[in-house]
Amino acid sequence: MRTGIFEFASKLRKREISAVELTKEYIGAIEEKNPTLNAYVHLTFDTALQAAEQADRMLKEGDAPVLCGIPMALKDNICTDGLPTTCCSKILDGFRPYYDAIVWEKLKAHGAVLLGKTNMDEFAMGSTSETSCYGAPLNPINTAYVTGGSSGGSASVVCADLAVYSLGSDTGGSIRLPASFCGVVGLKPTYGAVSRYGLIAYGSSLDQIGPLTSSVKDAAIVFDAIKGGDKRDQTSVDFDYGVLTQALDRDVKGVRIGVAEEFFDGINPEIKSKIEEAITLFEKNGAIIESFRLPALKLSLPVYYIIACAEASSNLGRYDGIRYGNRASSYTSIEDMIVKNRSEGFGDEVKRRIMLGTYVLSSGYYDAYYKKACLIREEINQEFDTVFDKCDVLIAPTAPNTAFPLNYKGASPVEMYLSDICTVSINIAGIPAISVPCGEDAKGLPIGMQIMGKKFDEAKVLQMAYFYEQTAGRKAGVNEGGARV
Amino acid sequence: MKYEIVCGIETHVELATKTKIFCGCTTEFGGEPNTHCCPVCTGQPGSLPILNQKVVEYAIKAGLALNCKINTKSHMDRKNYVYPDLPKAYQISQYDEPLCEKGYIELDSGKRIGITRIHIEEDAGKLIHENGYTYIDYNRGGVPLIEIVSEPDISSAEEAKEYAEKLQLTMRYIGISDCKMQEGSMRCDVNLSLRKPGDPHFGVRTETKNINSLSFIQKAVMAEEERQTDILDAGGTIVQQTMRYDDGTNSVTPMRDKENSDDYRYFPDPDILRFSVDDEKVEEIRASLPELPFDKLKRYMNVLELPEATAKQIFRYRKVAEFFEDALAEGASVKNAANLIVGTIFSNMNTEEEKELFAIGISAARFAALVKLADEKKINTGVAQSTLQKMLESGKSVEEFIKPEDLVGISDEALESLCKEAIDANPKAVADVRSGKDKAINMMFGYIMKKTGGKADIRKAEVLLRKLIEQ
Repeated sequence: MRTGIFEFASKLRKREISAVELTKEYIGAIEEKNPTLNAYVHLTFDTALQAAEQADRMLKEGDAPVLCGIPMALKDNICTDGLPTTCCSKILDGFRPYYDAIVWEKLKAHGAVLLGKTNMDEFAMGSTSETSCYGAPLNPINTAYVTGGSSGGSASVVCADLAVYSLGSDTGGSIRLPASFCGVVGLKPTYGAVSRYGLIAYGSSLDQIGPLTSSVKDAAIVFDAIKGGDKRDQTSVDFDYGVLTQALDRDVKGVRIGVAEEFFDGINPEIKSKIEEAITLFEKNGAIIESFRLPALKLSLPVYYIIACAEASSNLGRYDGIRYGNRASSYTSIEDMIVKNRSEGFGDEVKRRIMLGTYVLSSGYYDAYYKKACLIREEINQEFDTVFDKCDVLIAPTAPNTAFPLNYKGASPVEMYLSDICTVSINIAGIPAISVPCGEDAKGLPIGMQIMGKKFDEAKVLQMAYFYEQTAGRKAGVNEGGARV
Repeated sequence: MKYEIVCGIETHVELATKTKIFCGCTTEFGGEPNTHCCPVCTGQPGSLPILNQKVVEYAIKAGLALNCKINTKSHMDRKNYVYPDLPKAYQISQYDEPLCEKGYIELDSGKRIGITRIHIEEDAGKLIHENGYTYIDYNRGGVPLIEIVSEPDISSAEEAKEYAEKLQLTMRYIGISDCKMQEGSMRCDVNLSLRKPGDPHFGVRTETKNINSLSFIQKAVMAEEERQTDILDAGGTIVQQTMRYDDGTNSVTPMRDKENSDDYRYFPDPDILRFSVDDEKVEEIRASLPELPFDKLKRYMNVLELPEATAKQIFRYRKVAEFFEDALAEGASVKNAANLIVGTIFSNMNTEEEKELFAIGISAARFAALVKLADEKKINTGVAQSTLQKMLESGKSVEEFIKPEDLVGISDEALESLCKEAIDANPKAVADVRSGKDKAINMMFGYIMKKTGGKADIRKAEVLLRKLIEQ
């Protein structure tokens, strides 16, 4: 087993290792492996070592939070005061915010040590992380494969043990999909559970920050540290979760697990059978399995792409290169400058989604697309509500397939969008979901199981995932080097 | 050919909240460029807006004062367009669910100009063109605005001016804005088209901007009416476009074509939750409204029986009206209080702003104490005026300038004996008065005033003098 946060915290407190030493270990590993993996795009070793020194002081004084001195990573769309934050887009080249995202503010107060910013699809738009302006990060399980997206770098660094944990963001599956492809744990919390202030927006009504970790318990610890309502994000909610790690050990006896066949349509048979095995395992241990129908689910993909792209087209309007970011070398007028800055600064996928979003919001098309999508969103929410009246969690695959080979040309953009089929509805409904490793396919690539819960019932989602992890054992994940300490 | 004016006015009013609409930055006017800014109002990546509840409250105040229906459920929309002074490339505004709807402003004629809607939104920054470069100042970005849209009910330049004037006064009165047109805290855009009398269809309209004072509204409407009349008379057609009023030349010229109407791609802002204002809150706001200016004017004329001219001078300025009414509450008489405010206090104030601010050194109670002496005829008007002036300059109370002995020194008996003295001292003047040269009586007034240091009641003295002369 990999060393988890609690074990590191214990070693730090017993002075078996200092935060500075631990940080240096990780820096060494990053220097060795990152040139190949391309998982980090901005390294922040200087500030990491300063933070580690500070963490050591906090530990010496006693009463330090559990995350104190633990090296970690942030997705490159989470604002870090004075440090590069580029969304892996040329248009934000050189951008350093002068403010922190709330999640980073919170983790800093816990004594977290930030090793760097992780690679991602440009503006979180993609399913493979290949739309990054820095090139794709590689899957540590097999470097011929993608990490999944958009939080590919965040999954990769946890998988390769180049960070104890990382934060990603999930708009339509961007935490869960790469977690599944890289064999790590990824939690997308309830919409509003974590403040979005300082998360560079893609689809504002769908975006949510969450942890990627090597174990379910670690996910619970990190989520516990970043959650909570915040006065700078009106959509955030202060929910009383109690002590989440204490909820993990509960029995699954009598827990009602829902299975909806719509989640299994068109899923790779290898994946389907692994998830079915997992469901059987829960049943053997006393959980009650029930079947449901979610007929509106088949509409979730178009609904997602309409709403996410509409919001993105507006959110990304501000990148004009006037105040920060990419500036064209020559231009004839202010209009020309803005056009050039944006044409040079954005990649194809981002442009595609801006155009799509602009189209669905334009007068004459608004009712047929955006408005209709909002209505169907309501219907999807209602279907989930109805199902969750009768069950505690839903179980499904995280993705219809395992990781794609790099530069996979077999899929059109629309086919690529299909890889989000299992995950997008969760963002539409704003409910929590976790992806836990669930074996591997014949090629040795990890498979992810998705466990979804009611709004603000992260406790149940984590509990079920923890039970599975502890019972089925972890078959995926890179543990070649074993525990580093 | 005589045409009928069809005119509506869109008015932007900057709200006088302390902080901006979506962040904690100050709304203060002026300040070094880009010093009243933060990540939110400059649209930095990752920043999120938080709706200032005071803005909602102020807008509801405006709505209630303009007889609107308040929509208790509302939301904010994004209006998407690209301009360098708009750092997010969208303005957070309201599209299909404005906070207030269906109100009106009543003109003196009794005609009502409908208010279609009032919505809240954020102001943009300011572009500064200098030395061939363009600079951006975001201090104004995120300052809260309400946009008040009138129905096309206005049918003359005079009505347009009156509408704007009444709107301005009402907004000032309820304390939500200083409505300074020169500083841009109130901006009026005039939509105008012409049609033949009786024609049920509207003509093509233009929108005229850059109107910096109330009188320019009237002039701009007249100029645009003239321009459109000339075109129509010559058989031409009006182009739908945005015009600019130039007060230097008193003319209206095209600013930009609006033929391709902009597509703002409005949609609900996902960062701001739908909000509701409960009826109780609306009633609370209604109860907090002061007496509205034109209700006050009516009361001053009909109940207090002030002459129209005096009433109009006092009601215009909320602080003056308050001071006046406080003095009445202290027991001052309507007539003397009003005359002393208009005659003496206003003579110290040369500008509208000074009257608006009404920063004077004495309290209404001190003022009332003085007025009451005049009311009781213990001092005459001249003394009241000169004493008030001294009080204003020093901030001291009336007792500092008028001693009790001064007041009793001009009792009726004393005045009568003084009058006798005056008659004895001016035999020629007495003879002149008796022979019909009435003005000669002034000689004796002069004598009395000199002896009393100006404190005698001259009207009373006149009655006494005439009685004595006729005897």
